[in-house]
This record gives sequence, C-alpha cells and structure tokens, in this order.
Amino acid sequence: MTLTLAHYLVVSGLVFGLGTAIALSKRNAIAALMGVELMLNGVNLALVAFSRFGAAFDSQEAALSGHVFVIFVLTVAAAEAAVALALAVLVYRRRETVDLDRLTSMRW
Amino acid sequence: MESAGVVAAFWILSATTVAGALLVLLSRNLLHALVFLVLSFLGTAGLFLTLSADFLAVAQVLIYAGAISVLIVFAIMLTPLASRDNASSLYAAPGVLLGAAIAALVAFTALDVGWPELEGAALDARGFGSTVARIGELLLGQYVLAFEVASVLLLFALIGAIVLVREDEPAPAGAEGGGGEQGRAP
Repeated sequence: MTLTLAHYLVVSGLVFGLGTAIALSKRNAIAALMGVELMLNGVNLALVAFSRFGAAFDSQEAALSGHVFVIFVLTVAAAEAAVALALAVLVYRRRETVDLDRLTSMRW
Repeated sequence: MESAGVVAAFWILSATTVAGALLVLLSRNLLHALVFLVLSFLGTAGLFLTLSADFLAVAQVLIYAGAISVLIVFAIMLTPLASRDNASSLYAAPGVLLGAAIAALVAFTALDVGWPELEGAALDARGFGSTVARIGELLLGQYVLAFEVASVLLLFALIGAIVLVREDEPAPAGAEGGGGEQGRAP
C-alpha cells in the first residue's frame, strides 16, 4: 500500500478531536491546557502533511512555507502555554483551586 | 517514500500518537496524563520524520516534549492543594461528543475529498533533503516580518508570565523609616 494525504489527515483529525474533548471535559485547568496543546499538534500535523503531499505548490520553496507556518504555530503555542500556566498558578494563589467547575465568580 | 519501513513506521507512530492522546483523556492521574501527552508529542515528531520534515521533528521534541511538558510539570507542582485526579467536569459528555463529532467530520472529509496530491515519481522529486537551510532562508527572507513579530510576542509572553506569578516582596528595610516595630507592615 502507499501512504496518501488522507492517512495523515485522519490521524490529524483524531488528535484534534481528542484534544477538543480533553479541553472541554477536564475539570483541572492544567488538564484543559493539555487538550489545547493536543489540538495545536493536530493542526501542525495537517500543515506538514499538506506541505509534503500538496500538488498546488510549484516549487519546494513554496511547499516549505508550510514548515515555516508550523514554526510560528510552535512559537505561539509556547507563548500561550507560558501565559496560561502563569494564570493557573495565579488563580490557585487567590482561590486555592484550579477546578474550572468552581471558578464561577463571573457566572451570571 | 513508499518503502515498507515507512508505511510500518506510519502505522506504529500514528497508533502511538492517537493512543497517547486517548490516554490523556482516560488517565486517572494528572501526572500520568502528562506522561501520555509527552508520548503523543513524540509520536507526532516521528510522523514529522516520515513526512521528511527533519527540522520540525527536532523542534517538536525540543519545544513540546521538552519545554512545554516541563512547564506543565511546574504548574502542577505549584498547585499542590489542587486535585490531581484528572476528573471530568460537569460538561464532560457534551465535550466528548463534540470532540468525536469534529474527529468524525475531519476524517470523513479527508477520505471523501479528492485532494490534488502528488503521487509516485512526483512525490519522490518533492522529497526534501535537509530542510534546515531553506527554512532559515525563508524565515529571514520572505517571512522576516512575521519572524520579528513572533520574537516580540515571545518576549511579551515571557515578561507577562513573570509579572503575573511574581510574589509581592516585602518593602526594603531602609524604606520603612528606622526599621522600628511601628514601621513594620501588617
């Protein structure tokens, strides 16, 4: 058998879906952040797969733009993780919990 | 590209990636979930290698499996009284349903659409050798503005994280006027 773009896209979709489920269903804020990282990972996999298999690129340089995009996603993911974990620690200092079900002070 | 080894590696690595992500969802302990998250990141790095993205595979191991996972360990250890049981929230069922729906939608679309993709000899011709030099040229050439914006974003994120978690340090002794008992902050 030969590997095609669809193989990688299915794996990417599975990782993204699992990340969504984790981000939405976990009670601990840090566990929810793990789900967000998994979602970004799934998107990265799709970007690299399109860069490898896509026929729309007229040269290798154009195809490598997908790799550059992944590098920017990595950068933003690192920045987001640093700020989000700092916020989690800050909330913990004020409230002694990072339980998303109990952080309800903004609920109407 | 299409040797039997690459195909076998694809199946093993994608099984590792998806199983790691699934075990993050099912694991009972937050630290165990983190270990499975790292396993999933490493599987993704391997998948990048099968896509001949060597630089991204190394960056994935360094940044995701190395830096971000250590950052998450720090966050878990700095919240010692919080629950470590990785329990589900009140919205677990709709969240899992939505995740399954997204995964099914993406998988169906990926299999149904006839993607304009390279095959056979054209795919082999596209095969990148080492991507590092050309990625460097693109980053500092065509994408230099985005590169600089990303560096400023990283700087602001680091400063922001430090400012957010900074402990309020007590005022220096000299500023309290003699350092007597009455000068001590409550």
